[in-house]
Amino acid sequence: MKPRHKKLLLIVGGVAVLGIAAGLVLNAFRSNLVFFYTPTQIAQGEAPKDKAFRIGGLVKTGSLKRDGLTVHFIVTDTRKDTTVSYTGILPDLFKEGRGVVAEGKLGNDGQFTASQVLAKHDENYMPPEAKAALDQAQRQTARTLQP
Amino acid sequence: MQWNSLNDFLHMGGYALYVWGSFGACALAMAVEPWLLGRRKQAVKERLSDKETD
Amino acid sequence: MSVSLINWFKFSSPASFYPLAGRLVPWFATIFFLLLCVGLWIALMMAPTDAQQGEGYRIIFVHVPASWMSMFIYCVMAFWSAIGLAFNTRLSGMMTSALAPTGALFAFLSLWTGSLWGKPMWGAWWVWDARLTSQLILFFLYLGFIALQAAIDDPRRADKAGAILALVGVINVPIIYFSVQWWNTLHQGASVSMTKAPSMAHIMLAGMLIMALAFWAYAITMALMRVRCIILERELASEWVKRNAME
Repeated sequence: MKPRHKKLLLIVGGVAVLGIAAGLVLNAFRSNLVFFYTPTQIAQGEAPKDKAFRIGGLVKTGSLKRDGLTVHFIVTDTRKDTTVSYTGILPDLFKEGRGVVAEGKLGNDGQFTASQVLAKHDENYMPPEAKAALDQAQRQTARTLQP
Repeated sequence: MQWNSLNDFLHMGGYALYVWGSFGACALAMAVEPWLLGRRKQAVKERLSDKETD
Repeated sequence: MSVSLINWFKFSSPASFYPLAGRLVPWFATIFFLLLCVGLWIALMMAPTDAQQGEGYRIIFVHVPASWMSMFIYCVMAFWSAIGLAFNTRLSGMMTSALAPTGALFAFLSLWTGSLWGKPMWGAWWVWDARLTSQLILFFLYLGFIALQAAIDDPRRADKAGAILALVGVINVPIIYFSVQWWNTLHQGASVSMTKAPSMAHIMLAGMLIMALAFWAYAITMALMRVRCIILERELASEWVKRNAME
């Protein structure tokens, strides 16, 4: 084997090893890098206790109550619900039926007290008229599906 | 055309700071980079002509 | 190695690539300006308001193209690095170095515009979710590449070290792309992907794609301009530079 080829082989080997190492580190990351927990995960006790974490899901329609500067709402992943209270300014996209991520602590009563509320929006972009048409179509489908 | 007036356009539905901050940063970056490259080229050519003369 | 391959490498030597790049620059610059004009007209004049985000969504027309370019340029750098390490060609190292600053710029613009988008819509300038964190790592990889090359005096050794960093770092690109699927992130999923129909109104999508093509032409123009500088700087002493580069 020529020395040049040997060197090339060493470089390729080194890159491969580094790549595998990075892959392993990231795999470890993967199990820890959770940006938020869903209400189902919280109900199953997967969320950390006595430590701040984030909860994510949809703001349940009809659950938003304003009490001065404090707001109460229910975060749902359609299977389980968590009640959240928050004092402060809500982002522009915060609305009932839309995605939300709230950071705070879970009380012993299962109530989540948030210190920060972030709105999570979806990847759909369309003009208001198209949105209205789509919503109407969905309502109609829902009506026909009902017995 | 989405706008009724120039003011409307500049106001961006209340998101002026964010929208113009984004477009402005891109415009600035895309103006500065070619300028820097032009200066770099100039510097190399000057070094070359210096070499030529001595 | 076959004879034809060797000849091809000879053709792609810095001395013959320099005038070729010089001829290509005005073409790509023209394409960039034309696409930019059309793209900006659609983005700011023709595209309708978004139902959820109002006019604020217009940041997408620079944010998404900048983010795509930052990832794509890193992949191209990794490609040239692999060629350079495998065949020991000088031009590939120069191409890698020529791409890095433009890639870093796009990574920065992606973070900057994303931050300006996140504040009004999400309610935060920055969050440590997987998408944002991996994009920040990409920006640092670019800076690391530039710093590493600047720290090594011998250009051939700098090329080699940079190539290894570029190849190792390229693993971050699929992580950025798939982060919104693999983890719970605040960042939404992809609006445009190969596996499903785009979830955007057509005119919005057209504006975004044209802007992406404009950024692409811009990146090529900058890389060609920079690689010409690099070729001259490195080959200052050689005969052909004295003969040809003074036009």
